Amino acid sequence: MTATAPIAGDLADVTASNATLRRFLHGLPGVDQVGVEARAAALATRSIKTTAKQFALDLAVRMVDLTTLEGQDTPGKVRALCAKGLRPDPTDPTCPQVAAICVYGDLVPVAVDALGDSGVHVAAVATAFPSGRAPLEVKLADVRAAVDAGADEIDMVIDRGAFLAGRYLDVYDEIVATRQACGDAHLKVILETGELATYDNVRRASWLAMLAGGDFVKTSTGKVSPAATLPVTLVMLEAVRDFRAHTGREVGVKAAGGIRSAKDAIRYLVVVNETCGDDWLSPDRFRFGASSLLNDLLMQRQKMTTGRYSGPDYFTLD
Amino acid sequence: MGTGMFDYAPAPESRAIVDIAPSYGLFIGGEMVDPTDGTRFKTVNPATEEVLSEVVAAGPQDVDRAVAAARAAYDGTWSRLPGRERGKYLYRLARLVQERSRELAVLESIDNGKPIRESRDVDVPLVAAHFFYYAGWADKLGYAGFGPDPRPLGVAGQVIPWNFPLLMLAWKIAPALATGNTVVLKPAETTPLTALAFADICRQADLPPGVVNIVTGAGDTGRALVEHPGVDKVAFTGSTDVGRQIARSVAGTRKKLTLELGGKAANIVFDDAPLDQAVEGIVNGIFFNQGHVCCAGSRLLAQESIADELLDRLKRRLGTLRLGDPLDKNTDIGAINSPEQLERIRELSAVGEQEGAERWSPACDLPDRGYWFPPTLFTGVTQAHRIAREEIFGPVLSVLTFRTPAEALEKANNTPYGLSAGVWTDKGSRILWMAQRLRAGVVWANTFNRFDPTSPFGGYKESGFGREGGRHGLEGYLDV
Repeated sequence: MTATAPIAGDLADVTASNATLRRFLHGLPGVDQVGVEARAAALATRSIKTTAKQFALDLAVRMVDLTTLEGQDTPGKVRALCAKGLRPDPTDPTCPQVAAICVYGDLVPVAVDALGDSGVHVAAVATAFPSGRAPLEVKLADVRAAVDAGADEIDMVIDRGAFLAGRYLDVYDEIVATRQACGDAHLKVILETGELATYDNVRRASWLAMLAGGDFVKTSTGKVSPAATLPVTLVMLEAVRDFRAHTGREVGVKAAGGIRSAKDAIRYLVVVNETCGDDWLSPDRFRFGASSLLNDLLMQRQKMTTGRYSGPDYFTLD
Repeated sequence: MGTGMFDYAPAPESRAIVDIAPSYGLFIGGEMVDPTDGTRFKTVNPATEEVLSEVVAAGPQDVDRAVAAARAAYDGTWSRLPGRERGKYLYRLARLVQERSRELAVLESIDNGKPIRESRDVDVPLVAAHFFYYAGWADKLGYAGFGPDPRPLGVAGQVIPWNFPLLMLAWKIAPALATGNTVVLKPAETTPLTALAFADICRQADLPPGVVNIVTGAGDTGRALVEHPGVDKVAFTGSTDVGRQIARSVAGTRKKLTLELGGKAANIVFDDAPLDQAVEGIVNGIFFNQGHVCCAGSRLLAQESIADELLDRLKRRLGTLRLGDPLDKNTDIGAINSPEQLERIRELSAVGEQEGAERWSPACDLPDRGYWFPPTLFTGVTQAHRIAREEIFGPVLSVLTFRTPAEALEKANNTPYGLSAGVWTDKGSRILWMAQRLRAGVVWANTFNRFDPTSPFGGYKESGFGREGGRHGLEGYLDV
């Protein structure tokens, strides 16, 4: 393999100290804001029709992490959401299940119970989501509780304060500790790109999360604006693509927050397709964190099969 | 290309919106007229070789009539109109271009072979923007820095190329009309149809007869136009060879001349460049419009320390380019405009191989009919290779390397051309250092092939003289 990553040699040395980690992250190729936004806008003009649209809609449904993260969440709400995730379109048996149901930690048992052995994953946000402002012990206890309750995916938040202050090793150590606390559960690392502000930071945080062992890098909590954007997701996809070229390990990407229409979702899939290719066109490598997106996907899906649009009244709200 | 799981289904733009007549006349004195001494030839769709229509190769008498009509319009109405009235017409033309943008984009793609994505998102919007921009200047010429009341020149004879047919028309006609000149324009022989559609827009806008005249034809028609004694100003965009002939024929006459000719631009990527965006810039620099761009970044100068990594990324990216039907909304690379051009690209590419450069193209199926050439890059190219010196005007990139900024500069400037250059680095001071020393009319920093009507465009050395666009673009059409 020729040098496809910015440094030669063993990545293990990179995390020897905050100084080496900083040198590595700042040695990554920069991201030109105008250029990356232009590229994302150009990809957004792709016209996805007929068979390609059918494929994309079904794939998008399978990639949805159907999410409810409200203070007002109740077991009843979560059970309803699980029912929706299992059979998104009750009128159409060919409609696939979603990838996961994403809830707060205390509601994990409800979701686990409702989903059973359906194959739909239970994802829990943890580590003092969404701010992450709690002592490490508290965050890890949060993770362990969710895993013990049966969550097989953990969505953690990074310490953006530490990241922006340049304490990269602290962020790294925290992700490593969380990774250990997860046990067999998959770890998604939320970068909260809306708070990182620059694309350079998004690329650095993505590498940081991958070096620390994250299975996914995820854009946002959904609680900060802007949440997922197409150019931010493009930068993260470039990072996972480069990381595989360097290490052989494939890390997934989750775009979360603000993706509401099927049209938007298809644009993300185009970016996935043209940046990372087939290997990432799977729920194991790409996810949408969303709630209202699902119904639009279903409506478009039904339109593809029947040739007619039906109204939102014909789709369940949960 | 299109072989993965997510295979984009065909998404063709409908041709129903365009109505191509079986034959066209010449647009002289506000009307479509039959030729006097002209003959007829066919124009074809380069993507399918389908004959689209028959157009006139205007003869000397036809050109004479067109120049006379332009002169009459100049003396009779246009030069006497206040600037704000000329501005109104230009605004009207701009709005009509916008209203008919879809039709113009489809027609351009059919006649030229360029992807609809480009004609729709780049060419036609820039055409409208150019008319809007110069409409604004029409009543403000006294503030343009050419004296309190600069005068027009008279009749402008304009000859444009086939690579951006309608956009080059706009670059020529908008400033000429804004400054009070009338024009006779000859579109390229392989791409006359959008110019003829523009003739219809002139009628729709109630532009006074004779202000814009369009004579189709090939080299002979162009020669008759630039050598016509009734022409006060000659503006030409095209090859350096033809530009030289025009300069010779105009020498010793009162005619004012601007030339926009060939190029062999360097796209220089330093080791601290934003690499993924640089890859996009390289692709946009040489594969935009199949490389049929005079300011194309046809020489990639990559700093040696990152050259391998940059090439790996570039090759991976070229694998995602979609070549095919220009009217498909997902097509990135369209057809080569003519068999002659395809032959030249093939010939120079063969020379590249003979001279020892290494040729590479992504796996890429070419359609059976039409004129096609795959995106191609040559590595191991040196300054001594012909493919590093001659303009190929096709989707062929020559990759060279350098070690220091001074060497990059030296190699970039070591060409008879000087139209454009690109610099990729995160270091602002280096961008400025390079920009001051590059002998090129346009220097792009961390981007390439970006155009704006407010920005002057033109060449150094054998890339021509005079500027189009911006305030500078007025000068070529004013008696200053």
